[in-house]
Amino acid sequence: MSALRFAKTTSGLRPRRSILLTVIMGLLAIYALLPLFWLFVNSTKTQAALFSTFGLWFGGEFALFDNIVQTLTYDDGEFVRWLGNTLLYVVVGAGGATALATLAGYGLAKFDFPGRRAVFAVVLGAVAVPGTALAVPTFLMFSQLGLTNTPWAIILPSLISPFGLYLIWVYAVDSVPTELLEAARIDGAGEFRTFFTISSRLLAPGFVTVLLFAIVATWNNYFLPLIMLSDPAWYPLTVGLNQWNAQATGVGAQPIYNLVITGSLLTIIPIVVAFLFLQRYWQSGLSAGSVKQ
Amino acid sequence: MTATSLTGRTAKQRGRWIGWAFVGPFMIVFALVLVAPVFYAIYLSLFREQLVGGNAFVGLDNYVRALGDAKFWESFLRVAVFLVVQVPIMLCIALFAALALDSARLHGSRFLRISVFLPYAVPAVVATLMWGFIYGERFGLVGNLNSLPGVDLPIPLSSEFVLAAIGNIVTWEFVGYNMLIFFAALRVIPTELYEAAELDGAGQYRVVWSIKLPAIRGALVIAAIFSVIGSFQLFNEPNILKTLAPNAITTFFTPNMYAYNLSFAGQQFNYSAAVAIIMGVATMIVAYIVQLGGSRKEAAR
Repeated sequence: MSALRFAKTTSGLRPRRSILLTVIMGLLAIYALLPLFWLFVNSTKTQAALFSTFGLWFGGEFALFDNIVQTLTYDDGEFVRWLGNTLLYVVVGAGGATALATLAGYGLAKFDFPGRRAVFAVVLGAVAVPGTALAVPTFLMFSQLGLTNTPWAIILPSLISPFGLYLIWVYAVDSVPTELLEAARIDGAGEFRTFFTISSRLLAPGFVTVLLFAIVATWNNYFLPLIMLSDPAWYPLTVGLNQWNAQATGVGAQPIYNLVITGSLLTIIPIVVAFLFLQRYWQSGLSAGSVKQ
Repeated sequence: MTATSLTGRTAKQRGRWIGWAFVGPFMIVFALVLVAPVFYAIYLSLFREQLVGGNAFVGLDNYVRALGDAKFWESFLRVAVFLVVQVPIMLCIALFAALALDSARLHGSRFLRISVFLPYAVPAVVATLMWGFIYGERFGLVGNLNSLPGVDLPIPLSSEFVLAAIGNIVTWEFVGYNMLIFFAALRVIPTELYEAAELDGAGQYRVVWSIKLPAIRGALVIAAIFSVIGSFQLFNEPNILKTLAPNAITTFFTPNMYAYNLSFAGQQFNYSAAVAIIMGVATMIVAYIVQLGGSRKEAAR
């Protein structure tokens, strides 16, 4: 059997598979998946069972559905409210970021205009400016403008994705033929009409990739909402979960560890599902980014 | 003839500026949320709030104060240690995994690739809470294992080990992301190079060393720069973990936490802006050095 397989692989182009290498990679995969497994197992436990049973296996009564109901209804359903806020920030923030990056990346790739090089230098320079270094000044500026504690404080900064701009720029150079644009111009089509009828279709895979990364960034955003918002009514899920966790300590502590764990599970499910279904896009996005290096 | 050249010229003139219609919206928001805060931060850092007389211009006093501030230096050194230890470990694991995937010698490589990448989708808050609970002595895994006879694991949330514990969380979050960046770069190496190497009788390791690694140097440099930025900006993980380990993590554990706490607990906005700017400049300098190192090797070849 092994001789047969050996003969088959040497005649083909594929190198022989290595058990050792697979085992090493398997360990890395276990490392990656184990905490997620832990999260699932423990979201099925009551708060009492969390403390009394072994962490990596089921124990006590199976309380997953009870936990979910409690998570969704705790404190007048504030979790649902946070979920709604997160969706708002994701739809407007990530959607807007993708639209702005697509327009601008396309503009940089396909038009020569006065100041183009300056735009390029400024945007590339901005990638090097660490986002969190700006958080405090942005907060102070926004508070003078009266924007703190409103959804705008989260949405406006999420609208800028230099990485998305770069990705669309690289993508547009290769995927939208300049001759096609010339032909449309000779036919008398305006630049925006050409963009919306022709170029946007060619850019679609790049667009979805940028959208996916923008969704992850907004869904997972923590630092910005933490400093911008003091009213729990506007919290996204991330800040809300951390607040639930924090209420286990301090004066008048009310630990709700089972809800923190179940809430965490509910928070990651949509994003993990999106990743699994849209694999093709993040892979093409990452390789588009690497071609130009 | 004149008619066509005329329309050609107007189209060209319109074309000269039409690019701004596409770039403009991005640049307006960009100016508001990125450029303006930079200048506002610089402006703030030059003043000091005083009990008498309100805001006073103090020049570079805030910077001088930061450079002589033991808390600032402690936090700075901590992230520097983090950078020197965690980033190479994470990038080496990611590189090894990417080379393993690219070698086509794995069983189930698709499953392995997705599994290792999956943590990237998990929010830092959830990642930190999960690991924080696992680290915990009360109902975490470490607690479970330590209650077994003869097992005495170090406590990850003690002040000696908490930095390593954070390093593990960050590695868990980003090793798959970096792996995919390297993997994507490996996939675009032209196969002719491998065929030529095979004709020359080059072995596996020789191919890795002489073809694959040089070909993905760009990706390596980019990943290193992003990791450097991430290390210097470390905030989410220690700030969330602080709830679970209040004694091991101080309010000035990282420079970013220091700047945050100066602003929101101490109301020292001007000083906080100066600390943020120093860290921004330090990050850019180190990122530039990394890039320089990467391109110098390229030039030497």
